[in-house]
Amino acid sequence: MLGVGFGLALLWVGELEGFAAGGIFFLHVPIALTAYAMLGWGAWKALRLLWTGEERYDLESYTAIHIGVIFALLTLVTGSIWARAEWLVWWDWRDRQLVAFLILFLFYSAYFMLRYSLEPGSGRMRISAVYALFGAVLIPMSFLAVRLADQFLHRTPLIRRGTPDIEGSVLAVFGVCLAGMLALAAAMYAVELAGKRLDLRLREAHA
Amino acid sequence: MTYLRDAAALARKDLLLELRGRETVPAMVLFVVAVFVAFRFALPQEQEAAAQGLLWVAIVLTALLGLIRAFVPEREQGVLDALVLAPCDRSAIWLGKALAVLAFLLVAEAAAVPLFGLFFTEVTAATVGAILLANVGLCAVGTLLAAMAVAGRAREVLLPLLFLPLSIPVVIGGVGATVSADPARYLGFLALYDAIFAILAWATFEYVVTE
Repeated sequence: MLGVGFGLALLWVGELEGFAAGGIFFLHVPIALTAYAMLGWGAWKALRLLWTGEERYDLESYTAIHIGVIFALLTLVTGSIWARAEWLVWWDWRDRQLVAFLILFLFYSAYFMLRYSLEPGSGRMRISAVYALFGAVLIPMSFLAVRLADQFLHRTPLIRRGTPDIEGSVLAVFGVCLAGMLALAAAMYAVELAGKRLDLRLREAHA
Repeated sequence: MTYLRDAAALARKDLLLELRGRETVPAMVLFVVAVFVAFRFALPQEQEAAAQGLLWVAIVLTALLGLIRAFVPEREQGVLDALVLAPCDRSAIWLGKALAVLAFLLVAEAAAVPLFGLFFTEVTAATVGAILLANVGLCAVGTLLAAMAVAGRAREVLLPLLFLPLSIPVVIGGVGATVSADPARYLGFLALYDAIFAILAWATFEYVVTE
């Protein structure tokens, strides 16, 4: 699906007027949205852990956040490439959307530091879950802070009100790219989770 | 009422310990003054706007210094488990600790803000309002994170890593309220941050301290 999406995107890139870096739009934005989806999924699993006390949610939350952080790092990299193509610099502090993503990346990187400094057990599960919930709240708060800062350099045609900035067909290609990226993240999540569960079972059997 | 009495008793205990030991507040005051002096030489001449931003960095770092010591007495005496087992709502522990840290921070700022006006530029009423609002959010979030960090290894290293990303929206709101001609929306943002994160910290503290 990703291949089809990017193939179609390459055909359309030349027709995207006003995008100096049209191609990266189909990569950067789906990656960013996928990162949010995975981090949100991790927070949901953390909430389920605190709500029900079922330990399986800990591994699911951790795995989702791990995948989310990988996609967050990719967002920073592709955002930097976009900045280079659009504004001829690799990093611009006035681009506060990317800065907000950097804040989230720092926050979730600390999640791993926290997790690995705690002894395995129910305490670690609960503390990690609470921290993940804070991340879910930090996402909209960072967005709000960015909006308050009132400087948008990124083009945000999908959420801009008024005259549509992109055609419906381009939106459809974007939708295919986003679906492909989400499917890739879901596959990575399933594989990593299966591996971690197997590893856990082996450790328990060995003990 | 019992809930508030429990929280007040814990806060009073921390304040009494500080009055006797004087370990945290003098360190916070000296730290923030030292930061101002270092900033004065780090800044180019006549950079008032940059100095306004540095005030907020100094406040966040000073709050961090107070938070690092927030659970040290309990850890050294091994009484955190006893507190958790006490017949009171566990979130009252969070509230009492947050109130104590807030009191320490207010004392440090009472010395720091006039000094900032003396060293750099005048402090407006909007800035003072923003500082008071920011204090609530920093102490509410920071106290919960300090309880998390104290449970892990390398506590002193861990807390800054956990705390600084969460304090960045406070810095944005604070700097906005300080430099903007229309500080109301930034003050509103800080109040929103306080309300959301204080409720979240209050609701989740129990999960952090129970085994």
